[in-house]
Amino acid sequence: MRFETTIGLEIHVELSTASKMFCGCSALFGGEPNTHTCPGCLGHPGSLPVTNRQAVAYGIMLALALNCEIAPRSIFHRKNYFYPDMPKNYQISQYDVPLSSGGSLEIDMGDYIRRVGITRVHLEEDTGKSIHVGESGRIHGADFSLEDFNRAGIPLAEIVTEPHLKSPEEARVFLQSLRSIIIYLGISDCKMEEGSLRCDANISISADERIGTKVEVKNMNSFKSLYRALVFEEERQRSLLQEGKTIVQETRHWDESNGVAIPMRTKEEAFDYRYFPEPDLVPLELDPTWVEEIRKKIPELPAAKLERFQSQYSLPQDVAMVLVGEEEMADFFERSADSKASPVEIGKWMVGDISAILNEKGISIKEAPISPQMLGELVLLLEERTISSKMAKEVLLEVFETGKSPRSIVEEKNLLQITDEKELEKIIDEVMAENSKAVDDFRSGKEQALKFLIGNVMKKTRGKANPSLVSDMVRRKLSS
Amino acid sequence: MAISEEEVEHIAKLSAFFLSDEEKKVFAKQLSEVLDCADVISEVDTSNVKPTSYITNLVNVLREDEVKPSLSIEEVMKNAPHVYEGVFKVPRII
Repeated sequence: MRFETTIGLEIHVELSTASKMFCGCSALFGGEPNTHTCPGCLGHPGSLPVTNRQAVAYGIMLALALNCEIAPRSIFHRKNYFYPDMPKNYQISQYDVPLSSGGSLEIDMGDYIRRVGITRVHLEEDTGKSIHVGESGRIHGADFSLEDFNRAGIPLAEIVTEPHLKSPEEARVFLQSLRSIIIYLGISDCKMEEGSLRCDANISISADERIGTKVEVKNMNSFKSLYRALVFEEERQRSLLQEGKTIVQETRHWDESNGVAIPMRTKEEAFDYRYFPEPDLVPLELDPTWVEEIRKKIPELPAAKLERFQSQYSLPQDVAMVLVGEEEMADFFERSADSKASPVEIGKWMVGDISAILNEKGISIKEAPISPQMLGELVLLLEERTISSKMAKEVLLEVFETGKSPRSIVEEKNLLQITDEKELEKIIDEVMAENSKAVDDFRSGKEQALKFLIGNVMKKTRGKANPSLVSDMVRRKLSS
Repeated sequence: MAISEEEVEHIAKLSAFFLSDEEKKVFAKQLSEVLDCADVISEVDTSNVKPTSYITNLVNVLREDEVKPSLSIEEVMKNAPHVYEGVFKVPRII
């Protein structure tokens, strides 16, 4: 049997506003528990919400970047349910009249493009955070739980996709592309490990045209765990169907350490959220000129940048893709390519040696002691043949250690390649005098001896001589 | 409009509390009466009135993204029935 996989994602992004969605408390991550709270986000009776203008602007920007239609009028709803991390016993969210809908995002899968429909982008507020106390350290088997409401009320954008993704790999690439766009927009830091980017997935398997029974998977907190959870679910559902069994519609919780998605407690009536319009807020009727102003602020997005990097700088596609994937890398590259050095070489160094050093040190390019100018200088030194590529690698390491410029390191360490022919000639003469047998061997036709002599010159100059120049000079001397 | 005991039970469950059979009977009757009372409104002819959820004509009431001081932690915790190491304590969730 051939099975078709269908996946849809629901993504929550914390917007990086200074204050919360509906009150003036700080929206910063962390802080001592409950120190970023007020009667509003603690759900005290009588407190009233007022919508954060910046959060709305960020929501509009994200919706536009995902090609959504901005609704001329949208409203907030109360989503009612009881959970300890939600002090009001309802979440202010959007329901049937969301901020925006009908968008799409194209993702590049290497050998094909997948166009993924964006059902909607809407605004809501985050919940508090539960800390489970007990031996397990988890919600299951906890003795009791603690509630920190610093996160409660932080603005969230919720992005819902159409079920257009056909594999766990497409889901992973989609989430990465989305994250990259959001970081370019500068509206969230998208740190999955801190929960500022969260992703739930719906997945179903079908052997015919009918859509299969969907299962929701939650709690994936990295790109890898999203992928692993979906592969797990795909396999599980496939073998159930092959055994002729039926799939139960349910919500499963991804357990990263054990690599399994386990069914969550069935809340048979949990989906009865009794949505109704939030009476404490008024509708949003967005002024089209404001929306257009926001549209103008959208920077060049990854897909456009990828194309430009290839045409403007002649970068190979794989290099351009790596650079564009991280906005910081793309910016660094462009500033570095502003120098006289070859952009293609700069690109190669960035995705090669520099990325390797960054990975090893676990830092971002922004945190690294190297500046775009320094990289340009290094590549230029190489292109001018002032240093060899082997030396360039050493100089790069030295830049990371000391933060000094490549040129000053080269000068300090006396690494300048010897291009002065007189100086080289002297060394070559010495080598020939010390190895008269090799000289004779070459003259009697042994080509091998030439390499031996060149090797000795290189050794004497401690690798600072230009090998092709040495080779020419030695050959000239031997045949004279 | 009559509310059944099953509906009362459902609403109670959603509200996270539990009722005795006797209470279900009492609330079913009382809630039905409340709804009947509100039903009087449906006698008004609204065929020419546009439905709305808002009674003011206000739109776009927005505030600037400025941080205002939060409550002091003493005030935050003042009415908390259960506290553990200075943090809100709740019974086990599952």
